[in-house]
Amino acid sequence: MQVEFDLNGQSVSADVEPRTTLADCIRGNFGQTGTHLACEHGVCGACTVLVNGEAVRSCLLLAVQVQGDKIVTVEGLSGAELTPLQAAFRKHHALQCGFCTPGFITTAHAVLTRVRERSDESVQFLYRAPDGACRGSAHGARQRNVCC
Amino acid sequence: MPMLAFRLAAPELLVDLKHLGNLDTIQIGRDGVRLGAKVRWCDIESDVRLADSHPLLAEAIKHVAHYQIRNRGTVGGSVAHADPSAEMPGIAMTCEALMTIVGSAGTRIEKAADVFIGPLQTSLEPDEILTEVHLPAWPAERRWAFLEFARRKGDFAMAGVALHYDLDGAKRIVDAHVGAIGVADRPIRLTEVEAVLNSNQLNDDLIAAASAAARRSIDPPSDIHAPGAYRTALVATLLARGLKKSAA
Repeated sequence: MQVEFDLNGQSVSADVEPRTTLADCIRGNFGQTGTHLACEHGVCGACTVLVNGEAVRSCLLLAVQVQGDKIVTVEGLSGAELTPLQAAFRKHHALQCGFCTPGFITTAHAVLTRVRERSDESVQFLYRAPDGACRGSAHGARQRNVCC
Repeated sequence: MPMLAFRLAAPELLVDLKHLGNLDTIQIGRDGVRLGAKVRWCDIESDVRLADSHPLLAEAIKHVAHYQIRNRGTVGGSVAHADPSAEMPGIAMTCEALMTIVGSAGTRIEKAADVFIGPLQTSLEPDEILTEVHLPAWPAERRWAFLEFARRKGDFAMAGVALHYDLDGAKRIVDAHVGAIGVADRPIRLTEVEAVLNSNQLNDDLIAAASAAARRSIDPPSDIHAPGAYRTALVATLLARGLKKSAA
């Protein structure tokens, strides 16, 4: 099936099998390999991307479902320089192995954007809702980051 | 989608309801809360009216999966999937929700108890879709609690308990509704527990009697996540905690 969407600001189209996940499409068809796949059933959060600004698991979406949507992956968050959030992750070394970090960055980006847009929300929102199943030792650093 | 990823399901035809209109609203009226099938968990979380209109629903939905999944998961999807551990089917059972089902033969309205017929099984026919879940009106003074236990936040609960009841003039419990998830092949009502609670004042003895009734009324299977006896103990403990919490 043919699918067209906006990927990190560029209009793209692909001819994919209906069963192809958005994650596989982003990686396989468009070579944007910053989106990582680990559990592939919606638990770990490594594959999180933004669909029309909302953080979602790209392993739980079929590529054909995002027809006409605006997709942003970890590659699309920053321009020539790191975003303040990415810079904070780097400064505080908020990772252990780093495999799931793209998912944490995209999720935290979406949450912070939401917090900015809605004054009644707070970053506690993210703490109430852990976003991934990282077994690494960087939870404290990651929380400090998002608070910065 | 996880069912596809695990190769547990291989549908020949999969229809995305994303572009169907009018199914994504939360209507709150005198007759209760009506949730369109496309209402997402994040829509429920961000609807401040529900804190008064249906606090049990609002609390239960906080426990559904993770942030990113709550941006996508829907009321209709969860009910039609009918996972025995899932929160929405549990709330629908406990609150005696009415489900609107639309198909080529017309529209029918069914009680939740008649919709959930087995593990991941509903009474939906292949040519039918669920369009609305109607939770009956919620009196302002109603007491309630929702508690579940999972090893990691966002995981499927090993067991969970939802309850609500009203009090008469003598502070006796009336119209107790107690439901459990994760302990049978579908979400269930604990009618024996309800009978123990009804017409009595809540105190430590009644809580102990209710917990004992809960232990008697379930026989959950053992699986890789927990032995059946552990799930039984969980329900008894969650029920006792929930009843205490409801009185606070």
